[in-house]
Amino acid sequence: MKLADEEEAMRAGECGPAAQWAIEHQIAVGRYLGARDFVPVTQAHIMADTESLGPAGVEWLERMAALPPDQRRLRIPAITDPRGTDFAAAHWLKQQTWMLDLERRTIAAFEALGVLMTNTCINYQTIMPPVFGEHVAYGDTGVVIYSNSVCGARSNFEGGPSALSAALTGCTPRYGYHLDERRAATLVVDVGFTPRALNEWGALGAIVGRLAGDYWQVPALFGVDRVPSSDEMKHFGAALASYGSVALFHMIGITPEARRVADVVTTGAALPRHAVGEADIRAFAASYACDIDRVDLVVFSAPQLSLVEMAQVAGLLDGRRTTVPLLVVTSPQVKPDADRIGLTARIEAAGGSVLSGMCFYQSYAREMAEANGWQRLATNSAKLVNILGGYGYRPVLLSLEACVDAACRDGWIAQ
Amino acid sequence: MSGGIFIAAAGMGRRVEGEALVARDGFSARYDLDRTRGVFSRTDHKLAGQSYVGRVLVLDAAKGGVATAWMLHEMKARGVVPAALVLNAVNPIMVQGAAHAGFTMISGFDRDITQAIPSGAWVEVDPSGDRPFIRLVRSSA
Repeated sequence: MKLADEEEAMRAGECGPAAQWAIEHQIAVGRYLGARDFVPVTQAHIMADTESLGPAGVEWLERMAALPPDQRRLRIPAITDPRGTDFAAAHWLKQQTWMLDLERRTIAAFEALGVLMTNTCINYQTIMPPVFGEHVAYGDTGVVIYSNSVCGARSNFEGGPSALSAALTGCTPRYGYHLDERRAATLVVDVGFTPRALNEWGALGAIVGRLAGDYWQVPALFGVDRVPSSDEMKHFGAALASYGSVALFHMIGITPEARRVADVVTTGAALPRHAVGEADIRAFAASYACDIDRVDLVVFSAPQLSLVEMAQVAGLLDGRRTTVPLLVVTSPQVKPDADRIGLTARIEAAGGSVLSGMCFYQSYAREMAEANGWQRLATNSAKLVNILGGYGYRPVLLSLEACVDAACRDGWIAQ
Repeated sequence: MSGGIFIAAAGMGRRVEGEALVARDGFSARYDLDRTRGVFSRTDHKLAGQSYVGRVLVLDAAKGGVATAWMLHEMKARGVVPAALVLNAVNPIMVQGAAHAGFTMISGFDRDITQAIPSGAWVEVDPSGDRPFIRLVRSSA
């Protein structure tokens, strides 16, 4: 890879061991993926829940944080993805002391490094959305796909070590979605049914994700008949990224790089073409329901809920009472507003629980299941459904309304 | 044995040998694995219930989220880890995770590598040269 003078200096250790480690890591990644050089980035978003880090990762972070400050200076603003707990709820979630100890140590290490502990996967709704053409180094696949597709920013999936590297060097290898030529569509999907509910948007994302199949595919959707809301784009993108490892999509006439077909589909290109209709979306949801008629809990998470979603949950719960656990997970930025406006009190008055700064699947989901006897889970998040299958849950994808109904009917799902 | 050598587009890590565990399915440390027990835990994964510890995993494509970037490092620290990953297609997360963990991985072939390597075969994976490769040493371990 071609290195600028400053990048050479970092590699030679002139900027301290942290920057040296970071640039070496980035060079290894960039070489593997064919990057010619580096591109400056303006923000880093670091995914680092302690279930992923493990004790070894936490110790690694602590060693970096223990370096003298001038040897581990961050060059750009760095924010964090959700943590593995909400400390206020850890006791009744039956999370173990060792999990909380790892979380506290991780937070201390990041704070020492100067990382802003935003603990959110919806930073594009709440912190500082990237602008069109801005190069960033974001973690969390849902954050990346939304930023690339809806905002027109430029990022690859940057896992924790790579996002931290970008924060330390101020740049990232120029491969993948930093390049114009990678952003053209590689497959076309004709959408015959524009979803209405968030779970339907997630199902559409999941179906397109399975059709796309890998990170390097860029689906272009034709036929979406209205401009989706931010929450709809959020659920669609999160599921698309989760099921397909996809980092960029276009909706013709809607997303900013696809005002016209020719903007993203090369003239004369024979792209694979698929059609997805309402029956496909129904069949997708049905594939998870199977023989589940009753659930042990209901979870709204993945991604964290916006203030608008919080209001929708609160509205559905007014005057009702939950009889199985109902967990509502949001960001530390939304939570104070939900408290101030009274949404939290309304959800809690109905027996629901509002959790902040965590994400259900990043919070030792397997251990929580075993400790609480949870297995059958209802959610309106297709992404959560996808992930929890590997954690021993039997998840079912329902609408927000059907999830709340189940939570208020001893877990029974309306047929 | 030229018919038993398959050249990859890219590689990193050290040369290893081991028993191949092969499936035409994806790989994600968070979505697919019980990392404590060292087995594939996702019930609809084609390797569900099988141990990956010490095996050369030959799979189709990297899947899922960003967690794998940390998880390979954590798995390696505990020694509950595959010997190597051989994939038709990688995503950046898998590359970042392998780089952070010092893990052996090669990817990108002129054929479907999951059809070329029989499960249970003893294979050599050498990512160190200009032409990273997987070699079929013998058809059973």
